[in-house]
Amino acid sequence: MTTCLLYVAVLAAGSVTAEGIAAEPTVFESSSELSPQGRIDELVLSRLQQLGLQPARICSDGVFVRRVFLDVIGTLPTAQEAREFLQDQDPDKRRTLIDRLLLRGEFADYWAMKWSDLLRVKAEFPINLWPNAAQAYHRWIHTSIQQNRPYDQFVRDLLTANGSNFRVGQVNFYRAVQDKTPQGLAQAVALTFLGARADKWPPDRLAGMAAFFSQISYTPTGEWKEEIVSFNPATPGTEEPPASAIFPDGTPVKLQPDEDPRVVFADWLIRAENPWFARPVVNRAWCWLLGRGIIHEPDDIRPDNAPSNPELLAFLEQEFIASKYDLRHLYRLILNSQTYQLSSVARSDKPEAAANFAYYPLRRLDAEVLIDAVNQITGTSEEYSSAVPEPFTYMPEGQRAVALPDGSITSPFLEMFGRPARDTGLESERSNRPTADQRLHLLNSSHIQRKIENSPKLQALLAPTSAGRPAGFNKAKQARRYRYLGIAQDPRGSGDAQSTETAVTSLYLTFLSRFPTQTELTQVTEYAKSASSAREALTDVVWALLNSAEFLYRH
Amino acid sequence: MTTRSLSCSRVPRGVPISRREAGRYLLAGTGLVLGGGWHAAAGKAAPVTAKAKSVIQIWLWGGACHVDTFDPKPAAGTDYSGPLKSPISTKVTGMQIGELLPELAKQADKYSLIRSMTHGNNGHETASYLVQTARQPGDGSVYPCAGAVVSLFRGYSAGYEGLIPPYIVLTRPQGRFSEAGFLGSRYKPFATGGDPAQSQFVVEGVVAQGITQERQKGRRQLLGDLNTLQKTLSGNAELAASEKCEQQAYDLILGDAGKVFDLNQEPAELRERYGRNTFGQSCLLARRLVEKGVPYTTINYSGWDTHKGHFQIMQRKLPELDKGLATLLQDLSERGLLESTIIWCCGEFGRTPRVQWEAPWNGGRGHYGNVFSVLVAGGGFRGGQVVGASTDRGEEVQDRPVYPADLIGSMYELLGIDSAAQLPHPQGQQVTVLSTATESTKSGGRLRELV
Repeated sequence: MTTCLLYVAVLAAGSVTAEGIAAEPTVFESSSELSPQGRIDELVLSRLQQLGLQPARICSDGVFVRRVFLDVIGTLPTAQEAREFLQDQDPDKRRTLIDRLLLRGEFADYWAMKWSDLLRVKAEFPINLWPNAAQAYHRWIHTSIQQNRPYDQFVRDLLTANGSNFRVGQVNFYRAVQDKTPQGLAQAVALTFLGARADKWPPDRLAGMAAFFSQISYTPTGEWKEEIVSFNPATPGTEEPPASAIFPDGTPVKLQPDEDPRVVFADWLIRAENPWFARPVVNRAWCWLLGRGIIHEPDDIRPDNAPSNPELLAFLEQEFIASKYDLRHLYRLILNSQTYQLSSVARSDKPEAAANFAYYPLRRLDAEVLIDAVNQITGTSEEYSSAVPEPFTYMPEGQRAVALPDGSITSPFLEMFGRPARDTGLESERSNRPTADQRLHLLNSSHIQRKIENSPKLQALLAPTSAGRPAGFNKAKQARRYRYLGIAQDPRGSGDAQSTETAVTSLYLTFLSRFPTQTELTQVTEYAKSASSAREALTDVVWALLNSAEFLYRH
Repeated sequence: MTTRSLSCSRVPRGVPISRREAGRYLLAGTGLVLGGGWHAAAGKAAPVTAKAKSVIQIWLWGGACHVDTFDPKPAAGTDYSGPLKSPISTKVTGMQIGELLPELAKQADKYSLIRSMTHGNNGHETASYLVQTARQPGDGSVYPCAGAVVSLFRGYSAGYEGLIPPYIVLTRPQGRFSEAGFLGSRYKPFATGGDPAQSQFVVEGVVAQGITQERQKGRRQLLGDLNTLQKTLSGNAELAASEKCEQQAYDLILGDAGKVFDLNQEPAELRERYGRNTFGQSCLLARRLVEKGVPYTTINYSGWDTHKGHFQIMQRKLPELDKGLATLLQDLSERGLLESTIIWCCGEFGRTPRVQWEAPWNGGRGHYGNVFSVLVAGGGFRGGQVVGASTDRGEEVQDRPVYPADLIGSMYELLGIDSAAQLPHPQGQQVTVLSTATESTKSGGRLRELV
């Protein structure tokens, strides 16, 4: 640990920019020293030292508050929340914020969305769960996350449940697979819980695992589209059930005819000593928070895809098992590390820097998170519907995209911005890659234009100073609104320059969760002078902030 | 996602999106979609022998009446013809059309009429699906309509490189059974929105309402100034890719690519000839899109579902159709583009030949899929012909039935699209562009009379 500290100090002192000047921290970086806070940091920093890679600085408070909100609850902090955090003098405020976010209601919404991608929660085509079943499935996932059900129980339940697709949500795991042959189901189980692509396995290994999933029946009931998923012991006249199966680690097992082989598999899987169980999920969790798996891709674990930092992976695995499979504990551990809190301003451009977590990587906001952020800021809403099957599903106004229960319920925006189709359960189904049509949409579509120009929230900020009070003006309500927007008083109350500055500060807190720099304030003031009206100028500033990389990316 | 070789020198190496690919998604309003590799099989290049390069589909949404337009029946009496009893002769000897279509009469050598189109379906959505996909509805799959198929085979995979998407609908979308079907949102048409007859044609994403070009430029500058993270992380590969996309977007907003939608560049006299209404100006815009090489443009021309007040509406709409379509034919022909541009014009069905004088219709016409008419022109279709005939009262096919598959199959032939080629299917099902003989799709044979 001492060596790490020394190393970091030396590097920091010697740090120069491309221009050869000792770099001052940017608005995205903190001036505080990087010092390991625990085992994660020791393992990451010593690996970086081995490789001769300089880590980024710690991120600034403004970057942190925004990042941790987006990463933990998929939600942008409000101006008020950002301001409170920035002005908080408590040295331990980052830890406090992490604890608070892990208990927020949006935590379960956001992580249920992530898990619903992997568990393929979608009413229609090509999965065909049917709307009631997709809702039940999502509800079960959401509740499990909200109650912090230990991960081993979560998995065991998914693998072994029996019952109605409408009433026992988790049985839909076996329905949400296109290929319902034993091999197809085994592949889905391997991908989801072992992080492995079983289609690349030797055929006998897949066949050995498939035997565990060969006695599942799907029985219709009198209710339209209801199905009972259950263990189906051998019935006379049908094919004999397999007498033996092989675990993915190569161990054969004898199956008893009256025993549900899914239970045999699940009990093998969730043992603490099983290296196939905890590793894939801690690696996924790391990937979700840090943008890249220690084994990458996180759902392509195989002997020839080595972890970039095996000790780190082993440590997370031990911690996770010791905490009795508590995912929130794992998140808390990672989030409190300095490694997670590194800035995205890389100080080494070597390719190994990314794979070894020398900086926080840039990632475009997920489609759902992005539109929710735009709606939160503008106080507007989206229409979400499912066109198939009839009767169509329409979501009520104010629905957050992150909380949509069913992958078939969608909007053109979500599709354009790469929301996953939930056809395969692969992480790569979600595409956050930029496209020209996305840029065009954000820059110039009537959809975004209307949101900005018709936004009651933004208009309250941008209203010209000369405007009279509207009819029915309510002072208390107005004060509440300003509090909500994170501004102290009526921005129209004082002189022009000052009100512009107040409004711009609020806009920066609203969009970027930080105060504007002096340079930015000057640029905006100059722009406002050249524009035909202050209101138009501020509308343009809103537009520019919405289109800035800082808003569109997790950084 | 398939990766194609970069074809455009403006895209630097290492940018993980090619210009073609960008264009493919561009404007689509519907986006990226379907990660899987099944699209890889899509779109083999068309044979060089293809006569037609572009298609303009004029879609008379709601179903126009064949008796009042291209198949007049004055001898059946006013119970059938209503007040439109005096069909007019055309430039082609023996071909008569409705009296409200005098301009089209002058261009009759440029188009042919199919008077025996039939499918027997009287539901808007199902008939629209039938006419545009040539597939029977209700077999569990939603097939792509002709525009999506052409966009697949003649779009980006076949050498089309424009920033304007290969499949455009003017101006409102036709609905979910008239689109990409299982090909997915990548092949959905781009619907412009807006109204080309307005002084400012607001095109979704390209021309924003109330924002001048000056302000667009000012905003772009402001964004550059305020983009602090972008400036701090210069050289970041992720942001470089995004910046490239932004440049392409601005090519449409401020650059030349978007100018195709600016009808103010056309002479006022020509705009007048097309008709200063949404349909007329859409026809003019379709010609401009053809000039830019856009493979498929649909003009979604609504208002033909005339259960009541039928003849009053015809008095208003038919002159609009007449002017716009006749000028389009003439204009394309004068520019030498008609030879390589297919025009087809019809709705999802015809209308009941016998006028419903009784209440509550009081002179309306209902849905009629037994027999109706289609106008086809250009792209290798011969002009001045009449194919098939309906009975004396226009109620049944008299001679040479033409089914949707016959018309669409003939168009695909002219476009060099093999009807037996595989369509990429999300579940890997083996499906061909059109039904094979073993599948029970009705056919009266391809339009050999016209090709």
